[in-house]
Formats: sequence, structure tokens, C-alpha cells
Amino acid sequence: MLSIKNLFVSVEGKEILKGINLEINPGEVHAIMGPNGSGKSTLANVLTGKEGYDITEGEVSYNGEDLLEMAPEDRAKEGIFMSFQYPVEIPGVPMVNFLKTAVNEHRKHRNEEPLTAGEFLKLMREKKELVEMDTQLTNRSVNEGFSGGEKKKNEIFQMALLEPKLAILDETDSGLDIDALKTVARGVNALKSPERSTVVVTHYQRLLDYIVPDFVHVLYNGKIVKSAGKELAHELEAKGYDWIKKENGN
Amino acid sequence: MEEQDKILNEVTQGEYKYGFVTDIDTDIIEKGLNEDVVRLISAKKEEPEFMLQFRLDAFRKWQKMKMPDWAYLKIPPINFQEISYFAAPKKKAQYESLNEVDPELLETFNKLGIPLEEQKHLAGVAVDAVIDSVSVKTTFKETLAEKGIIFCSFSEAVKEHPDLIKKYLGQTVPVADNFFAALNSAVFSDGSFCYIPKGVRCPMELSTYFRINAANTGQFERTLIVADDDSYVSYLEGCTAPMRDENQLHAAVVEIITMERAEVKYSTVQNWYPGDKEGKGGIYNFVTKRGVCRGESSKISWTQVETGSAITWKYPSCILIGNNSVGEFNSVAVTNNYQQADTGTKMIHIGKNTKSTIISKGISAGKSDNSYRGLVKVLPKAENSRNFSQCDSLLLGDTCGAHTFPYIEVNNKSSVVEHEATTSKIGEDQIFYCNQRGISTEDAIGMIVNGYAKEVLNKLPMEFAVEAQKLLQISLEGSVG
Ligand SMILES: Nc1ncnc2c1ncn2[C@@H]1O[C@H](COP(=O)(O)OP(=O)(O)O)[C@@H](O)[C@H]1O
Ligand SMILES: [Mg+2]
Repeated sequence: MLSIKNLFVSVEGKEILKGINLEINPGEVHAIMGPNGSGKSTLANVLTGKEGYDITEGEVSYNGEDLLEMAPEDRAKEGIFMSFQYPVEIPGVPMVNFLKTAVNEHRKHRNEEPLTAGEFLKLMREKKELVEMDTQLTNRSVNEGFSGGEKKKNEIFQMALLEPKLAILDETDSGLDIDALKTVARGVNALKSPERSTVVVTHYQRLLDYIVPDFVHVLYNGKIVKSAGKELAHELEAKGYDWIKKENGN
Repeated sequence: MEEQDKILNEVTQGEYKYGFVTDIDTDIIEKGLNEDVVRLISAKKEEPEFMLQFRLDAFRKWQKMKMPDWAYLKIPPINFQEISYFAAPKKKAQYESLNEVDPELLETFNKLGIPLEEQKHLAGVAVDAVIDSVSVKTTFKETLAEKGIIFCSFSEAVKEHPDLIKKYLGQTVPVADNFFAALNSAVFSDGSFCYIPKGVRCPMELSTYFRINAANTGQFERTLIVADDDSYVSYLEGCTAPMRDENQLHAAVVEIITMERAEVKYSTVQNWYPGDKEGKGGIYNFVTKRGVCRGESSKISWTQVETGSAITWKYPSCILIGNNSVGEFNSVAVTNNYQQADTGTKMIHIGKNTKSTIISKGISAGKSDNSYRGLVKVLPKAENSRNFSQCDSLLLGDTCGAHTFPYIEVNNKSSVVEHEATTSKIGEDQIFYCNQRGISTEDAIGMIVNGYAKEVLNKLPMEFAVEAQKLLQISLEGSVG
């Protein structure tokens, strides 16, 4: 589904990703762990097409297509979703309009009729329950005045609405209490299927108790320095990242 | 950062869609301005003596006046002798049926999306269309006449209702009010006149479309609206112009008078040609709009969506004389590429318990400059008066400018004036967030801008609001995707 080969990325002349290789097959859950500043968000942003990154080497293919050539909105409509580490507020744009536009853009891309207002509200109600979203939140502007936890739930709510093929969750667990964490995990797991894949970017092992990964990768200083099964997460939790840092000469 | 600017640049380079020229026979006079020209205009229009005197008075005062230079605008020198002051479609106004109208002209209206016949049946909007300052057709006149409402071209009003014109013309905007108002008073060729009698609610929106067509001409139209006691009217104004490399001058005057408890809502969607991406061509738009709430508890509200013109200089104002009278100014002004706008309002509180509200939303993109300039003045006798002003600026990219010049003068202790201002920017992060949900940059900007301007757009009559919403998006976008 997603194949990253020897990916080098710089920002403003500074090399951040230094040769990433990663294969993700349908149905798999991958966790990417690593200390702050190791390049996790950079990787997520490059995959979703954010501007401002220089791809100096390497290639990424998504379902056989050159992902790096695709416009960000096309990547989204082709099923790549990112739950943002820091969801941005968009004052003046009501959640409902925003979500309906997003859902109908996805439908148009699949040659489906747009949902009517009624159909959309019904869908929204369904998905809200799944992530226990406060009903009032969708009456506000996008993320405006949402608490940290509400913003993260809102990301998963949007994921549930858009039903992506490849979901990249960037530190969705940070700032969540244990109940919210469970709710978020339930939302993610509800979407799990043999066709859909998930990349869970996280600092801590905590979330991985609820979203169980098939593979765990450690990203350190712009490189994947270790890949293994879910037991690696526990090992990191027990030993901390210093162990990785030492092994990699730092 | 550079990337973001690149995107915004692309996105904000929309194309002007009304830039066609209509090939109609035009009666156009020699360039230049002197007393003889003023007399010629008056003669061509077969005006009574009082109108000629009005024009000559204005012209003589204008000759002694200087172009105002206090606005935050870089105005290239204008050679007033290089402009023709009268151009009119040759087949003259006053058609009995649409069949008599020049087919090319009808085609123009179709391109503008205002087929007169259609409008008549479908929209229920009475339209007075002014091309090159001459009124071409006023629909719905008969329907309105039944209620005693007068809605006609200015020339017609001069002929058929000279007493009303004599009584009200120049009362709100005196001939020497300012340089451009004086010029307009001297040379205006047509416009609309509207009178709503006592106790009548106008049953439909009244609407005027202005279009400049001929080259090297200025457009000077004049609108006068008088709402008698307990009457109500909602008035719409739209405008477009062909794309030309030279700049063209537009200097209009609008006067509104409301008597006891009368209300006038005046809405404008201004879409004159803004010039090209390099700032070549475009309309210089110097407009004087003013309303006087003469009667107690009367109300005047100005709502404007300004997307066009190379230069906009415009301050629709309210003079609140009647006790308890109300003035409103709601504005969205978009500038893109090299456009410059200096626009705002004046609210002059004279009567007791008078109230005014100002909502101004500036949106700047490209290399444009967008200024809000507003005066709130409360006179000593205007006890217990209130003003609330909200002036917001939204920036797209960082090569454009937004400026706010509020002037507040309160001369009594019982009045309250509040002013709030914000500046925000459409961020790269906001656009990317939308992109990541499958929404294109164009649509994202449209959504954000419309959300930002919603408060003002909501004040427009329904059909107009939809049009204005599209216009906002078009004037900021175009070529992405
Ligand atoms: N826009 C940027 N400009 C300069 N440096 C950046 C930018 N974005 C990220 N970086 C740097 O790249 C490195 C990786 O950042 P990031 O991908 O956010 O790490 P993580 O998500 O793993 O914490 C950090 O050193 C960070 O400071
Ligand atoms: Mg991060």
C-alpha cells in the first residue's frame, strides 16, 4: 500500500529525515516511536503533502502511484488521513460546513452523489457517538475554543467520517486522560479492516495497549534505527530512549 | 514561507469575468471639460434651467477645488481634460417594450446575468440599468406606480418630477462637498431616482446596474432616494466594466433622505474592473454616498461588498438628525494584486438617542492595500447616543497591507462609543488542514473568507448574498487546481 524508499528530507537547509525505508501493507498497524525532534511529524507531514519540505532523495509510492507528485487534497481523497499533533483553529468556519464539504469532496472523488444535509447530519450523529464527541462542539467553528482533548477527539471523529485507507495518527495520545485515550482507541479500532492500515506515531507505549501494533519502528535522528514486533514498545517503555541513543552513538 | 506565498499568489490571481465590450452605437462628446461642455450635457439632456444652474454652480466650485490627498492611496495624476464626460448608447432610453432595445445591449445584460425580461417574471426585482451613465430601461415601473412609488432614471425624474428633484437634489451632498462630488454635480449624465410615499413599504427590491462600456469616458451617475414618513425600501446597486489598459474614472454620488420612521436599506456589490495582475488598467472609483435621517426613529443602512476597482475611495455615511434615528454601515472590502481601497464611513450623531453600528471587514491579498477610515462624531446635543464599531482585517500572504484609521469625537458625557479592531491572517496551517481533509486551496480560502465576512453578507438580500459570496471567492482565486 505504502512504500517509502531511502527518503531524505530537509527543512530550510537542515537535513531532518536521513534515509527512511518503510513498507506498509493493507490491514497492518505500524507504530513509529522515538524521542522528541527525531522527525516523526516531519515524516507524517511529508506523506500528507505539507509544503515547505525539500525532498532531496528517495521515493514514496502509494498504491502504485508516486505519492510525492500528488496534491495534498488528492492524497486525502485517495484515502490518506492525518490526525494532527496540533490541530489548527479556523475561526468563522462552522465545523458542520467544514465536515460536510470534506465528506462530499471525498464522495465526488469516488463518483458518488453528495450527501444531503439530512443524510449528513445522520452520519454525523452516528460517528459522534463512536468517539463520544460532545454534540455542541460541531456547532462551533473548526477547533475554535476546543480543549486539547477535544481537539484530539475531533481528529478521530473526522477520521471516522472520512474512513481513510491509511490513517496517520501523530501523537494523538498526548494530552489525553485514560478515558479519552480509550475512546480514541475505540474509534481507531472500529475502523480496522483487512484493507485499512494505520500508522500510530507516539512517544509513549501507553496508547499501544489499546491500539495493538503489528510492527514497531524506532525513529531516531532521522533514521529508523530499529524495527520489531509489539514487544519493542514494552522494551522502550522499560529502558527509555537513552538506550537507543547510546546504541546510535549519542 | 516562500512556498506559502507562491500558493497564495497563484490562488489569488482570479480572472475578471465581466471584461467584455459591447459593440453598440455610442453618442460620445469630445474629451475635455469646460463650461461649454457642462452646458452641452445639460442641453443634450434637454434639462430645465435650474439643472443647468446647479451644474454650473458645481463646475465653478470644482474649478477652485483640489483632489483630496489624505487617503492612504497612491493616486496617479488624473488629467481631467483627457476624459470624455458624456457617452450614451445611441438608441435612446424610454423603450416601450424590450423589442425596441438594441439587441447588443440586451446581450450585455444577458452576459451580466440580468436578463431584464427574466428579472421581470422571476426575480421580482425592479431594475434600472445604467450603461455609460444613461438609464436604459426601468422595469416594473407600472407595478410600482400603483403604490405611488416613483422609480425611474434621473433624467426622466428631472422631466417628470422637477419639483421633487429641485427640492431634494444636493441637499444631502452639497455641490461643493468634495472634489469628486462637485465634479459629479457638474457633469453627471444619469442615474436613478426613487421616491417612496408616506406609509408605503416598497413590495420588491429596487435595483440599479451600472456599466461602463465606452472607452476614455468617465462614468458619473447620480442616485437620489427619498423615503417619506413610515415608508420602507431596500435598494440594490451592482456594477461592472470592460477590461481596458487605461484607467477609467467613476465618480458617483448617492443621496438618501429618510423622513419620520422611514427606513432605507442600500446594498452595493461593487465589481468594477480592478485592473490586471500587474496593476494595469482598472476603474478609479471615487464615490460620495451619504444619507440623512431627517425624521425621528428613521433608519439608513449601508451594506457594501467591494471587490472591484483599481482604486476605491468611498465612505457611505449617515447623518443622524432625527431623535432615535439609526445608522448602519456593513462592509466587506477585498483588495488583490495592486488594488487599493480606502473605505469606511462617517456617523454623525446630531439627534438624541441616536444609534450607529459599523462593521467593516477588510480582506487583502497580493500586493494590495486596504484601509478602513471611519469617523464617529457625537455632537453636544446628541445625548445618550451609542456607537459600536468593529473593524477587522484579514490578510492573505505578507505582501499586502491592512490599515485602520478610526476617528472618534464625543462631545457629551451620556454617549458611549465602542471600537474594536482585529487583524488576522489566513495561515498556511489552516489551508493545509483543509487540504488534508480533501478540500482544495481555492475552496479553503473561499470557506475561510466567507466565514469571516458572514456577518456582513447576511445583511444582503438573499439573491445578492449568494452572488456576493461567489464574487468574494472569484476575486481571490482562480488558477489553482
Ligand atoms: N519548519 C521547520 N523549520 C526548521 N526546523 C524544523 C521545522 N520542522 C521541524 N524542524 C526540526 O526538525 C526536527 C524534527 O522535528 P519533528 O519532525 O517535529 O520531530 P518529532 O515529531 O519527532 O518530535 C526537529 O529538530 C525540529 O526542530
Ligand atoms: Mg511531532
